[in-house]
Amino acid sequence: MTDAPTDDQTVLPLKADSDVVRVRQLVRDVATAVRLSLVDQTKLVTAASELARNTLVYGGGGEARVRRLTQGTSVGVEVVFSDDGPGIADTDLALTDGWTSGNGLGLGLSGTRRLVDDFHLDTAPGAGTTVTIAKWRR
Amino acid sequence: MSPQPDHQWIDLLRENEDEVIAAWTAAAEASLAGRMTGSDLANDIREIYNGLLAGEGAETDIRSSVYDGLRALLNDLGRTRARQGFSPTEAATSIFALKQVVLDLLGRRGDLAAYRAFANLSIIVDDLGLYMLETYANARETVIAQQAETLLELSTPVVKLWDNIVALPLVGTLDSARTQVVMEALLQALVDTGSEHAIIDITGVPAVDTQVAQHLLKTVQAARLLGAECIVSGIRPQIAQTVVALGIEFGDIHTKANLSDAMLLAMRRSGLDIVGRS
Amino acid sequence: MERIPILRIGEMLLVSIQVDLQDHTALMLQDDLSNRIVETGAKGVLIDISALEIVDSFIGRMISTTAAVSRVLDAETVVVGMQPAVAITLVELGLTLSGVRTALDVDRGLRMLRDSVEFPVVERGVTPDDGRAD
Repeated sequence: MTDAPTDDQTVLPLKADSDVVRVRQLVRDVATAVRLSLVDQTKLVTAASELARNTLVYGGGGEARVRRLTQGTSVGVEVVFSDDGPGIADTDLALTDGWTSGNGLGLGLSGTRRLVDDFHLDTAPGAGTTVTIAKWRR
Repeated sequence: MSPQPDHQWIDLLRENEDEVIAAWTAAAEASLAGRMTGSDLANDIREIYNGLLAGEGAETDIRSSVYDGLRALLNDLGRTRARQGFSPTEAATSIFALKQVVLDLLGRRGDLAAYRAFANLSIIVDDLGLYMLETYANARETVIAQQAETLLELSTPVVKLWDNIVALPLVGTLDSARTQVVMEALLQALVDTGSEHAIIDITGVPAVDTQVAQHLLKTVQAARLLGAECIVSGIRPQIAQTVVALGIEFGDIHTKANLSDAMLLAMRRSGLDIVGRS
Repeated sequence: MERIPILRIGEMLLVSIQVDLQDHTALMLQDDLSNRIVETGAKGVLIDISALEIVDSFIGRMISTTAAVSRVLDAETVVVGMQPAVAITLVELGLTLSGVRTALDVDRGLRMLRDSVEFPVVERGVTPDDGRAD
């Protein structure tokens, strides 16, 4: 994903509850601009909402970066969530259906992964967490 | 400056223009098996011939600008042949036939020195043939992509069976991309028509594996979230057996053997009874 | 601070969510609803989410919890008007909101509530229509 030519990216802070709503709106705007289908838009925005909340609740706040992707003839949207929180020790476990560290329903990461085309989790204990997701236009 | 000996093929063609074109057209016509009129073909061949001579025999790279006209012509021909449904061999033979024609010409003359010139011509003709095949293949791919898209749209006819009841007759293999389109079409139809019952008929689905069952289950669950119930009908005996053998959980999806049973169930659920006139 | 209004229609409560829900707004609605059910003795709750562009796991959980809490307080909850794209996404996410009743629109939702709430009172003594059940 890093080798894809980049357009301007927008950075939003994730410090409070209302920032989650702001991230959702920005992702929706960019997804509409690259003409994702309504269902794909909804999936991407929902995934962004889940991850934004994770960043806020488990990562103690951080930021979200949203940008358009262009690769050959395909276009898409990428969202990167990063925090300096405690990180995740066992990523395999974290991506298993039904697992949760908080009081959620245990659908967080595994469910979110099913909503997007690309999903990348970069984390280590004490080193914070970065999650990169992307959805491409069909 | 006199032409290099290597380029003598151009003289060979010029000296025998009418004969070459006639024989070339005949050879191409034979391979196209009467599916093109002789005069159309003769025009095409003459244009290729003129384009080839535009290089004066000095240029062997067909990407050179002197061959611009020729390449445009081949682009056009390649596309046309692909759309007309000719095979790649048939399409390329119209070019390669020139070699046989010239070879025959040389054979009759018995001019051994000219064979070297022929070898040079041969290289160019091969390149031209390949170039045309490339555009042919591109055109085919475009056609295939268009057809795939059309099929995707065609394959989701959601029909209203009765007030409150819609049906989705599925035909063909279900993959993820298609299922998403199908699912969206069905759910949208439920909302648009305000129907609380959907019948998914899978009579035309050749096989049901774990993945297809998963897709059906998801559709049923999504419909429930909207406030509608689905019935799956058209389950053939073999499919019922595979479903059981694979241990697929159909969960609480209502299934019926055929569309009319499903229709009856949907009508009863919406409070209707069918009464025969006595 | 935003608050979602709760309307009372006879024995029902109607909630129409028209804004992009923040998490604490959703939690507040959950509290408000249980309070109003007790205050009004409502027998049914209708939640219209037709204007919601997304329902993520948090909002999904709020809906499930509200339905469960209402049931304990002897009120039925019906969620109406979910968008197809939202339903597809929820299922993909792994949330099926089991235990939550749904209807296509407010009209049908109201009818559904009336049927389940009024039936035991109004139609007592009348034989249920057995022949119609599947």
